[in-house]
Amino acid sequence: MTDDLKSALQSLLKAPGLSGFEAPVRSWLEDRWGPLADEIEVSRLGSLHARKRGAGEEPRPTVLLAAHMDTIGLMVSDVLDGWLRVTEVGGVDLRVLPGLRVIVHGREDRPGLVVQPPTDLRPPAGSNRTVPLPHLLVDLGLPAREVARLVRPGDPVSFGQEPVSLSDDLLAAPYLDNRASVAALTLCFEELQRRKHPWDVIFAATTQEEETFAGARTSAFQIQPSLAVAVDVTFGASPGSPDHKTFALGKGLTNVMGPNLHPAVFAALRDAASRVEVPLVTEVTPRHSGTDAYALQTAREGIPTGLISIPLRYMHTPVELVSLGDIRRAGRLLAEFAAGLAPDFLTRITWD
Amino acid sequence: MKDLIRKLVEAYGPPGQEDEVRALVRAEIESLADRLEVSPLGGLHAVINAGGGTKVMLAAHLDEIGVIVSHIDERGFARFQGLGGLNVRTLVGHRVRFPGGAVGIIGIEEDPDRSRLRLNRLYLDFGVSSAADCPVRVGESGAFDRPFTQLGHRLVAKSMDDRIGVAVLIETMRQLKKTPHEVQFAFTVQEEVGLRGAATSAYGLDPDVGIAVDVTRAGDTPHALKLAVDLGKGPAIKVRDARMISDPRIVDLMVRRAEEAKIPYQLEVLEGGTTDAAAIQLTRAGVPAGCLSIPCRYIHTPSEMVDLRDVEQAVKLLRRILERPIVL
Amino acid sequence: MAEARLPTARVRAAHLERLRSLTEAQGVSGDEGAVRKLVQAAIEGQADTVRTDSMGNLLVTRKGAGRARLRVLCAAHMDEVGLMVTAIDNEGYLRVEAVGGLDVDTLPGKLIWVGADRVAGVIGAKPVHLTKDDEDRRTISIDSIRIDIGAGSKDAAQSRVRVGDRATFATHFERLGRTIRAKALDDRLGVATLIELVLNPPAGIELLAAFTVQEEVGLRGARVAAYSLDPDLALALDCTPARDLPSWDGSENTSYNARLNAGPALYVSDGSTLSDPRLVRHFEETADEHRIRYQIRQPGGGGTDAGAIHLTREGIPSLSISVPARYLHSPASIASLADWRATVRLVYAGLSRLPGRWKRSR
Repeated sequence: MTDDLKSALQSLLKAPGLSGFEAPVRSWLEDRWGPLADEIEVSRLGSLHARKRGAGEEPRPTVLLAAHMDTIGLMVSDVLDGWLRVTEVGGVDLRVLPGLRVIVHGREDRPGLVVQPPTDLRPPAGSNRTVPLPHLLVDLGLPAREVARLVRPGDPVSFGQEPVSLSDDLLAAPYLDNRASVAALTLCFEELQRRKHPWDVIFAATTQEEETFAGARTSAFQIQPSLAVAVDVTFGASPGSPDHKTFALGKGLTNVMGPNLHPAVFAALRDAASRVEVPLVTEVTPRHSGTDAYALQTAREGIPTGLISIPLRYMHTPVELVSLGDIRRAGRLLAEFAAGLAPDFLTRITWD
Repeated sequence: MKDLIRKLVEAYGPPGQEDEVRALVRAEIESLADRLEVSPLGGLHAVINAGGGTKVMLAAHLDEIGVIVSHIDERGFARFQGLGGLNVRTLVGHRVRFPGGAVGIIGIEEDPDRSRLRLNRLYLDFGVSSAADCPVRVGESGAFDRPFTQLGHRLVAKSMDDRIGVAVLIETMRQLKKTPHEVQFAFTVQEEVGLRGAATSAYGLDPDVGIAVDVTRAGDTPHALKLAVDLGKGPAIKVRDARMISDPRIVDLMVRRAEEAKIPYQLEVLEGGTTDAAAIQLTRAGVPAGCLSIPCRYIHTPSEMVDLRDVEQAVKLLRRILERPIVL
Repeated sequence: MAEARLPTARVRAAHLERLRSLTEAQGVSGDEGAVRKLVQAAIEGQADTVRTDSMGNLLVTRKGAGRARLRVLCAAHMDEVGLMVTAIDNEGYLRVEAVGGLDVDTLPGKLIWVGADRVAGVIGAKPVHLTKDDEDRRTISIDSIRIDIGAGSKDAAQSRVRVGDRATFATHFERLGRTIRAKALDDRLGVATLIELVLNPPAGIELLAAFTVQEEVGLRGARVAAYSLDPDLALALDCTPARDLPSWDGSENTSYNARLNAGPALYVSDGSTLSDPRLVRHFEETADEHRIRYQIRQPGGGGTDAGAIHLTREGIPSLSISVPARYLHSPASIASLADWRATVRLVYAGLSRLPGRWKRSR
């Protein structure tokens, strides 16, 4: 992946994985992570756990590096006369739907088009209002009988827009939230093959983050790591977004601070970043971080948790945009952090 | 099965006050269970074939929506809060029964502006004229008072949600001849206030697979919610609701078993509401979970309506699932 | 005998001093260290075990006299609502966001302490003379709020505060006759109660005292504390709003939640918990026996640490008991000293008569 991040990422983006339906992307990752791992397993809710054993003495502490592999999307709620009615999975932005190419994952994968019925065929609303989801339709361009054969309520529907490379460094595509972080985890995994690390490192690609954080919550319970770091995306600076809540692409990552995160993990991430010269900006979240870190922190007796985020523009649209350089930096930072955990690190993170 | 349903739906059991319903269920199943226990929060667990292949938890909740008294004014009228999601539009004129036998009528303050219809404008009238004579006190809970009715195939009662699920579990337990699995029948508490009993019951039972049996909304009435679920077309296999995406492997298993036995079924994609399965799924290291729903009209009103044929088919489908191997 | 050691109803100078230090300490959710230090000092040498867990909860155990079989968790949260600095602008003003359900309408015109060093700041407002249209009659949203620490520039500000620092109202403790006025009475009153329990544990139980974190942002600390301590039953000792104010149109106030000077408030039902009915009955009987005045908190929304605790593992029968206080989540709250002492007495007396009466199964 290090050699050709862009094409590897594009291949990763092709594997669908709507929340609750992560099997395709999980199998892609199993192929990639399997050869790198000492142990690999699938959790009861479908998260992928891959352990790389450390060089320290047993019992070794464990650090969990987690990124969610699920994505937002749509789900068929009804099939009527050849059209599909859909509902949302995760937080879908209604403004991007009319005219969007989608893939309907029924008996076979089929492309479809989200359409907005003409004004007189939808309920009256004020001007400049988005059309509510129950009144949008998906058209497969197939006869009604064929649609009824291929699709049933409950089938997932994903955004079908192709990735586009805007420069050597910038890629735009649906689902870079959170495949950018999954790619960063993979880069870290590859780098750790060449490095010695005292701790066991467990890489987790979690499920259902966009809905209930179900994967992170249950994986943390199962793995019981000594420390955890979630990797996700954050708001990239873009026209119209407030400066103090967004972060420039290509200028580094964010290290998140707030009640969901442990100050000692925050500090250790900061120190690791300075060792490998990865620029790191502090991002504060006064409440719910809106990421897997929220669920990881309160598993069992509590887990000291950190959160690294990759800036991404146009979140939850089909043209999410990231810097490949940032993904590489994230991989490097995570590897340095994980390898740099001294055997006695846990005894040094007391509160008072 | 109808007599059982009647007994269950006419019992009193708002959230946190499930003792009467629990006693009723216990009497029905005591002789059938290998192990019977009451959880710290009051859930009833009946386990058969303990130690068998897959540990399957079936959950139906004992509680029903209700009210809790929050204030008694000088003239003896009581204000109240909901226990569970009350539908304010349907409340006026209904009767609420309290465990001591007191019955209150729900009234509403006069207000020409109908858009301001809020729970805090309703009150309970116990037919008294002073606070001193009011037969209830702050903190007491009550449940709706309404007898069971049958309309053809359709059954109507105040608490089909979820006594119909409770009835399905009891009937399944009775009819189940042989199962390779450890089946854990969990009659849960406090579902209507946030799936609380299911979370703790699932933790205690630690199942491999969880299936909730509950009601779901129907889309087959005039100008209904857009929902592809009708009464009488079979039980609904839940794919998702507002707080859970069913494990696709459980959905496939249910569909396969239904199709093998030619049991009619529907697929449910619900945007609002949720069931005990959502809490079960998140327990411990995660539990593959799904839900078998009984289509129901007028949920959370005193006249919840289900179709007896859907109920019977649900029992059949559960039996079929439990009598055969469960491989995910 | 337990009876002889029932805590006093009188308010002693040491009580007031403890309430002063606890309420003036800064402990916005996620940054409870200053409060934790005060608790540690107060209980030093008195507990059987003391530890701080990964989230910062202070978990303390102490066995009472006699054979202690029943393991009872008592939780009081150390955190308070407040502000967090999210950015420093070029002129050195601080942008903030609310942490927990702070009453944002009360911010303009107030004095603020920023960060662990309590840097003094003010929240001003545009002079009313310069407002346009009805601007002076609209509330100021948190996005428009700035803290002015007199820095003059970003660099100068950064030398004294950092992004991520917490801030609270700069409110000094004050006794007003039989009441007290302070910030963070929610829940330093509960913390003070719990400290007394640790110092004077009821006989026959093992007290598991959890001084919790992050209650105000979602009962986060209590969840892991309850999982670790795995008790037989639990009490959340909190502070609940007394909204017993007159209604604008003179009509009867039917949503007072709790009343000042009406004694400890026992919860039956709130937004997060249905109290175990057996525990409610037990504490009502205790109050009657000891002639302690109490009230039933109005059933309704809101929540306490019990919401997280009672759902832990197989379920933990729980009850919340709160001291009523007016104007919570604002610059200053008012509580009655008699209510607080009655709460300390009721909790102690109720716990003392639990052993032998509490059966685990139904």
